[in-house]
Amino acid sequence: MFGKLSLEAIPTHDPIIMTTITAIVIGGLALVAAITYFKKWGYLWSEWITSIDHKKLGIMYFLVALVMLLRGFADAIMMRSQLAMASAGAEGFLPPSHYDQIFTAHGVIMIFFVAMPMVIGLMNLVVPLQIGARDVAFPFLNNLSFWLFVAGVVLVNVSLFAGEFAKTGWLAYAPLSGLDYSPGVGVDYWIWALQISGIGTTLTGINFFVTILKMRTKGMTLFRMPIFTWTSLCANVLIIASFPILTATIALLTLDRYLGMHFFTNDFGGNMMMYVNLIWAWGHPEVYILILPAFGVFSEVISTFARKRLFGYGTMVWATVAITILSFIVWLHHFFTMGAGANVNAFFGIMTMIIAIPTGVKIFNWLFTMFRGRLEFTSPVLWTLGFIITFTLGGMTGVMLAVPAANFVLHNSLFVIAHFHNVIIGGVVFGMLAGLTFWFPKAFGFTLDEKWGKRSFWCWIIGFYMAFMPLYVLAFFGAVRRMQSYENGDWQPLMIVAWVGALIIAAGIACTVIQFIVSIRDRKKNQDVTGDPWGGRTLEWSTSSPAPFYNFAHLPEVNDIDGFWDQKQRNGGEAPLSKPPYQDIHMPKNTWEGPIIALFATVAGFALVWHIWWLAIVGGVATFATFMARVFREDVDYYVPAAEVERIEREHQQRVEMQA
Amino acid sequence: MRRNPTLRMLGVLLLLSLPLLLAGCSSALLDPKGQVGEEQRTLILTSLALMQIVVIPVIVMTLLFAWRYRRSNRDATYTPDWSHSNKIEAVVWFIPMVIIVFLAILTWYTSHSLDPHKSIEPTENQQEPMEIQAVSLDWKWLFIYPEQGIATVNELAFPEDTPVRFRVTSGSVMNAFFIPRLGSQIYAMAGMDNDVHLIADDPGVYPGRSTNYSGAGFSEMTFDAHVGSRQEFDAWVEQVRESSKSLTFPEEYYALAAPSEDNEIQYFSEVSPSLYESIIKSFLAGGDHEERMTAFADRYAAGFGHGAAHDDDGHGESTGSHGESMSSEAAE
Repeated sequence: MFGKLSLEAIPTHDPIIMTTITAIVIGGLALVAAITYFKKWGYLWSEWITSIDHKKLGIMYFLVALVMLLRGFADAIMMRSQLAMASAGAEGFLPPSHYDQIFTAHGVIMIFFVAMPMVIGLMNLVVPLQIGARDVAFPFLNNLSFWLFVAGVVLVNVSLFAGEFAKTGWLAYAPLSGLDYSPGVGVDYWIWALQISGIGTTLTGINFFVTILKMRTKGMTLFRMPIFTWTSLCANVLIIASFPILTATIALLTLDRYLGMHFFTNDFGGNMMMYVNLIWAWGHPEVYILILPAFGVFSEVISTFARKRLFGYGTMVWATVAITILSFIVWLHHFFTMGAGANVNAFFGIMTMIIAIPTGVKIFNWLFTMFRGRLEFTSPVLWTLGFIITFTLGGMTGVMLAVPAANFVLHNSLFVIAHFHNVIIGGVVFGMLAGLTFWFPKAFGFTLDEKWGKRSFWCWIIGFYMAFMPLYVLAFFGAVRRMQSYENGDWQPLMIVAWVGALIIAAGIACTVIQFIVSIRDRKKNQDVTGDPWGGRTLEWSTSSPAPFYNFAHLPEVNDIDGFWDQKQRNGGEAPLSKPPYQDIHMPKNTWEGPIIALFATVAGFALVWHIWWLAIVGGVATFATFMARVFREDVDYYVPAAEVERIEREHQQRVEMQA
Repeated sequence: MRRNPTLRMLGVLLLLSLPLLLAGCSSALLDPKGQVGEEQRTLILTSLALMQIVVIPVIVMTLLFAWRYRRSNRDATYTPDWSHSNKIEAVVWFIPMVIIVFLAILTWYTSHSLDPHKSIEPTENQQEPMEIQAVSLDWKWLFIYPEQGIATVNELAFPEDTPVRFRVTSGSVMNAFFIPRLGSQIYAMAGMDNDVHLIADDPGVYPGRSTNYSGAGFSEMTFDAHVGSRQEFDAWVEQVRESSKSLTFPEEYYALAAPSEDNEIQYFSEVSPSLYESIIKSFLAGGDHEERMTAFADRYAAGFGHGAAHDDDGHGESTGSHGESMSSEAAE
C-alpha cells in the first residue's frame, strides 16, 4: 500500500533533524493559524497563488529563495562547525551519514533553490518592464513554472521528515548514485526534486526567450535593449539549450535505478564517464545562467548610480554573447583528472581561458562607466564594487584551475570550493542582493533601508574573505572537499577561521532580515512616489511604483539605449506622465491550474520516491488531466476598461503632484 | 554613508592575504618532493604571476575610480554621455588576449609535458621504472606490486629516484588517487585501467588519499607513501612477505572489497597472478562482478545501509573484520 514508506522513515534517532522538524512544524502551524485568523486564504489564493502577474511571481520566487537561503545556510554553518571540530581524530558532531547528506543538500539547495529562483525571480520582475511589455509571452506557463519549482522545494524539504536526502554530492555522480551503492531513497528525492523543478526552469527559459524576442515595445531594437534584458536573453538561451540535457541525464539515471538498466553502472556496459560528461554539459552552462543576469544587474546599477551611460554597450553585448557560446565548449575542465589525453585536456583548458577575455572586458567596461561619472555609494553600488574585486580574484583562481597540469593537483581540493564560492558569492549572491535593493521599490513602492543594507554588505564581504581565503591555503596543504573529518591537526586553526567567517556571513543575512523589518516599518518615510527613485535610465522606472498590474497605460516608445533617460531629457528633465485618452487593455486571467498541476506533480514525485505505484499513477494522471483542462479552457483573458486605467493613472499622478 | 569604504576594503584584503603568504613554506603543493610536483608548483606560480598583470590594475582602478568619481567630489570631470572610446576598447581587449595567448601556450606545452599517462624517463642517477597497481575499494586502497608479488592495504612504499607507474582502477565507485607532495592525481574507475607516473626525489613519508568523494568512509580513505633507499624498500618488501595473509581472486579479494571504514594497514604475502587485470575484467562484458557481489550480498548490504543511517560510532573500531563495524540495524 505504501511502498517502501513506513514510520521508520522518520529520523527519530537524530536530535538535530528532529529539532528542525519540530521547529518547521510549529512555525508552519503558526503561519496557517495566522492566515486563517486574519481570513487571508481567499486573498492569497486570488491575488498570489493563482496570479499570472510576472511581478508577483518574481516576488514569490525571491521569497521562496530567501527562505531556502536560510535552510542552505544552516547546512553551511553545520559543515563549517563540523570541520572546525573534527580534527586529528576527533569525530565532530555529525557522523558521515548525516554530514554527507548536508553537503549534498547544501549544494542542491543553494544552486537550484536559492540562486536559480533569485535569478529567475529578478528576470520576472524586471524584464517585461524593461522591454515595455504588459506581461510575458505565456503567462500561464509562467505561473506553472513557479509552482513546479515549488514542487521541487517541497520534495527536498520533505526528505528531511521522511527518509533521507542523497549522500552523493550535489551532482550525484554515478556509479555512487546508482542502486548498487545508494540503495536508499535519498537519490530518488534528488531525482524527482530536480526533474520536476527542472521542467519548470525549461518552460521559463522558453517563456522569456519568446517574451524578449517578440514582445519588445515600439522602437526597442535588439541593440537598444537594456543590458539586463540582454544578459537575461542569453541566460534563457542557455536554459533552453542545457536544461534538456539535465532532464535526459536524470531520466537515464532514473531508468538505471527504477528499471535496472545499465546506462551508468559499473558493469554490463554502463559508463560512469558518460554521466560525468552529460551532467557537466548541463552544469557548466548552468553557472553562466546564474552569472550572466548578475552581470546585467551590475551594469544597470553602475550606470544608474554613476549617472552616466554604460561604457561600451556594444562590447558588453558581444562579450555576453561570446560567453554564452563559449560556455558550451568547456565542460571537460571539471574532470581533467579523469584520464583524457593531453590534446583533449589542452583544448578544453584553452577554451576555458578564452572566456576570461570577454569577462575581463566586461570588468573594464564597468570600471570605465565609473570613470568620469558621479558615483553615489548606495548599497547596490557597494555590492557592485565588492563584486568587481571579489569576482576578479575568483576569475583568477578559475583560470589557474583551467590549466590542466595545475588542475591535476588542485582538483577536488578545497581550492575548488574556495574558487566557486568566490565567483558564486562574489558574483551571483552580490548581484542578486544588489538587484533586490535596486528593484525592490519597483515591486513594493518603497525603498529598502540603506543603513542595514550597508551593514549586510560589510558583513558579507568580510565574512566571505574570512570563510574562503583559508580554504585556498588549506588546499595547498592537501585538504580535499567533502571530508567529514581529517587527521592533520595543523589544519584546524584555519578551519576555525573559516568557521568564524561563516558566522560573520550569518550576521550579514541577519542584517538583511532586519533590513526588511525596518524598511516595512518605515515604508511611509521611504515611499517611492514617482516610480523613479534612483534617476533610472530604462523603461521600468517610467511607470509607477509598485507598477500597476498592466505595467504601462500606453505602451512606451524608445529611441535610445537608455530609453527612459532619453524621454526625460526630451521632457526637460521631468518624467513624462501618461495622458488620456486611454484604451481598454487586454490582459490574461489568473489560473488555478498552475498550482494544482504542481500539487499533483509533487504527490506523484513523492509516490515515485517511495515506490507507491498506485499513488504515482493517480498523481501522474491527475497532473495530465489538469493540464488538459487548461489546454481546452478558452476563458483565459479579459479587458481592463479604459475608465479603470484612467482612474489608476490619475491616482498615481495626483500623488506625484502632491509630493511636488 | 561610510567615510572611506575603499581604504577599509583594502585593509581587509591585505590582512587576509597575509596567511596566504606565510603559509607557503611548508605546504604540500608549494614544497613538493618530486619532479612532477615541482613542475606543477612552477606552473601554478607562473600562471598566478601572469594574471597579476590584469588583477592588480583592476583592483587599483576599482578603488581609485570609485573614490575619485564619488558623487560629492565636484572637482572631478563629469561626462554623462561619454560611453565609447576605440582606444580604451582596443586596450581592454588586447591586454587580456595577450595574457591568454601566453597562458594558452603554457597550457598546451604543460598539458603534454605533464600528461599523467606519459612515462618518466629515468636520468643517469635514477633507477629503472617500476609499476604499482592501485585499486580503490570501499573505503580503502589496495596496492598491488606485480613485480614483487605482494599487496598491501592503505600503505605504499617505493624507492626514491625511481619513476613509478601507478596503474589505477576501482573495485567500486569513482575515487581519485593522489599524493599531494608528488604531484598529479588521477581518477580510479571500475573497469578502467588509468595510470599516472610519479617520482620522489627525497626520502620521507608522504600522505596520500582519495580526493573524489566516494561515500561514508571517504574521509578515512588515506594512506602513507614511504619513500626510502632501495635497501629500505627491499626490507619493506621482505616485511610484507612475512605476512601470513594471502589475497586470492575471487574469494579473498571480494571479502576484502566489502565495505569497511577506517581500515588498518594490511600486508599480503601472496597475491593471485594478474589480480589487477581480474578486477578490471570483472566489470567488463562477460564479467562476474554482479554475481560476486551477490555472493557476498550480506556484507555489501550492511555496508551501504539500504536506506538506514549508520550509527554515530559505527566506524570507530578497526576493521580486520570487514563490514562488521557497520550498524547492525542496517542489515536487513
